[in-house]
Amino acid sequence: MSHHDSKSASPMQVATGDRAILPEGARTIPIYVMGKRYEVPETLTIMKAMEYAGFKFLRGAGCRGGICGACPTVYRKEGDYKLYFGLACQTVVEPNMYLAQIPFYPANRAKYDIEAISPVAETVHALYPELFRCVACNNCTKACPMGVEVLDYISAIKQGDLARAAHLSFDCIQCGMCASRCMGELPQYHVAQLVRRIYGKYIQPRAAHLEKRVVEIESGKYDAMLDALQKMSHEELEKLYKEREREPDMAPPGTWMPEDTQYL
Amino acid sequence: MGYTPEMLELIKRVEATRPARVEMARRGENFPALSLEERAVVLEAFHPDYQKEGRRPVKVGPDKGLVLPDEIATMLESRSMIRPDKVDLSHVDFDTDVLIVGAGGGGTSAALLASEAGVKVLMVTKLRHGDANTMMAEGGIQGATQECDSPFYHYLDTIGGGHFTNQPDLVAALSHDAPQSIAWLESLGMMFNKLPDGRLQVRHFGGSSRKRMHSAGDMTGAEIMRVLRDEARNRSDRITTLEFCPAVELILDEEGKCAGAILYNMETREFFIARAKAVVIATGGNGRLHIKGFATTNHYGATMDGVVMSYRAGVGTTCLPSTQYHPTGVAYPEQNVGLLITEKVRGLGAHVLNIDGEQFCFPLEPRDVESAELIKEAVEKKKAVITPTGRVGLWLDSPMIDLLHGEGTVRKELPAKFIQFARHGIDISKHPMLVYPTLHYQNGGIAINANCETVIPGLYSAGECTGGVHGENRLMGNSLQDVITFGRRAGVSAAAYVKKGVELKKLTLDHVAKYEKELKDAGIENPMIAPVLLPDYSTDEVAARRKMEAMQESE
Repeated sequence: MSHHDSKSASPMQVATGDRAILPEGARTIPIYVMGKRYEVPETLTIMKAMEYAGFKFLRGAGCRGGICGACPTVYRKEGDYKLYFGLACQTVVEPNMYLAQIPFYPANRAKYDIEAISPVAETVHALYPELFRCVACNNCTKACPMGVEVLDYISAIKQGDLARAAHLSFDCIQCGMCASRCMGELPQYHVAQLVRRIYGKYIQPRAAHLEKRVVEIESGKYDAMLDALQKMSHEELEKLYKEREREPDMAPPGTWMPEDTQYL
Repeated sequence: MGYTPEMLELIKRVEATRPARVEMARRGENFPALSLEERAVVLEAFHPDYQKEGRRPVKVGPDKGLVLPDEIATMLESRSMIRPDKVDLSHVDFDTDVLIVGAGGGGTSAALLASEAGVKVLMVTKLRHGDANTMMAEGGIQGATQECDSPFYHYLDTIGGGHFTNQPDLVAALSHDAPQSIAWLESLGMMFNKLPDGRLQVRHFGGSSRKRMHSAGDMTGAEIMRVLRDEARNRSDRITTLEFCPAVELILDEEGKCAGAILYNMETREFFIARAKAVVIATGGNGRLHIKGFATTNHYGATMDGVVMSYRAGVGTTCLPSTQYHPTGVAYPEQNVGLLITEKVRGLGAHVLNIDGEQFCFPLEPRDVESAELIKEAVEKKKAVITPTGRVGLWLDSPMIDLLHGEGTVRKELPAKFIQFARHGIDISKHPMLVYPTLHYQNGGIAINANCETVIPGLYSAGECTGGVHGENRLMGNSLQDVITFGRRAGVSAAAYVKKGVELKKLTLDHVAKYEKELKDAGIENPMIAPVLLPDYSTDEVAARRKMEAMQESE
């Protein structure tokens, strides 16, 4: 279906884009993708190793940079009873690893109206009563590829400390590995999303200066200035650009004012 | 793993110059920035956009003759996945008011605003909802929210950073709406970095006169995306989202209005006809075309689909020849090569250094200038570090940040980056990072006005797939602001257009047939098929064993 023009690459083999190559002298190692053996270069990530082996991802690849949660992968190592969890785009292959991607895991999500809800822990408890099925086994934390203290934030929510839970869960990429391992069948990452939005909207103090600026914009304060800028010649703009005063690096926000205040 | 003993030895040179550099930073002194004239010289000599090789005029379409990178020209000279004469457009599978193509920050903002205006929204995307460059934007979002700042200075910084090539009405819209967009995100419950009294934390960035960069840790885009996605899910009664089901061709009506798109379910390989009174293209960038073989910071689906489809329908482009190389992509370890290291690292005070631990440029030049300075130091001065896999890199002295702002600042301000390097045995609060420019952003794209209208009635566009907002160089934090401001504007405009009353006439794909005739007349044999939807990273050896020529195609 899709086609990539690989012929434009130079005859000498070089790594272009994300296509992996086998550098001179590099060793290959065996990995098992869903039980099937492939020889791949060592030092590659699971994602690039699978592509090297010939897989083309549809599900199971997203940002390729460790932040979108599309490529959670579960694996075991030879002779080791433990389960390991990682992102395919971030985890380096090891010899004889047995892996499977889990690009999707079903999890219950409660709908709510952010404008209408009451910003208290009881709201969260009512939307997700299964929170209290948590047995504190800590499998969620062990399964998190981002190192989030999942059990700790679930406990904080149960105890009513939404601010703590919001901060503890901040690095969550919503891959769903926590939910996949949960005895109590909790959708941890959906609960955390709700809590962070309650925190951001209702608990964290609002920015007063922002509210003031929005009123100024809506009153049309800057319309004439922006109109004038749009009509300016390159030379006039360049002159203004060069004359800009630069806010000092170490000045705390809100403390410094420029000498020229006519455009504020 | 971590750094090799040889690299650790080189890091000692960085450590040797660090105390004096930290003292200098404490005094507020910087390595001198270049004048506008000096910037022009270094760009001309070292920026990939300014090199003649690898560029050619595109042979067909509304911008025929425009000189573009080969990869982009070839993509525009492509044919459709579908045979226009064999599609029955009378059988409509989805009927909606507004069809939004792409479900990143721009598409989702458009969906939310259109649904608020009371119209029915169908949003389609090739991967999952939120798989987009928005998710990956780390450093922050611009907006003149502080007392010492105003939309006037946001405008000036943006157009100066873009070398005065930006489209003025779009810059005005961006700087005007930016504080409103930030207030909207705050009201949706986004967790901004704030001071205890609620004041938004702000920082400098390359090309800024005022501290205007707002952030949420070092995952600002991810925080924006997950909040917008969560809100869209709360409104699933008004917003239908189809994943793994991108648009592959636009549909017009007999009067030339945009009237929907052909959708393709990538999992079942079915095609669907989606009829819509208005269409918003928000398909994002093109980093996965790997111009000149550069690595990219972009997500897996960044293949320029929207530009291809709208170009074929007759919409020209703005600033498309210009591509942004982010100055600080990862050069080591090999597993992370190409990934972005946010400009915030330099905003927090980290210096860029050569192999001898010496500064050679102002760390916060506009991105194209900064990239050119790094390339110059490596290519001309030959002062780069060579990695074990033969890549070149320059140091980014992240340990300075804790020295300047207090122990623990790196972990607190750059948590995602800290984890990413820690996975490979590197503590970036103790050791510098090795960086080199990487393909980052499609500066140009679909031509729009400040209401996100294209030349085709009923066809709107917003975000990275459009051109003009950033001119030929984008400043940090203006991309996130672009997707929110113009996503919102596109949603409002499309909904208003629908509510005025749109009567669709007979649906047609004549524009596709006409374009393919133009290809033939231009002598383009075997055009590639696009949108490509996803890149193909199979090795030459694997591709050869697929024996495409010898085997009958399955399709």
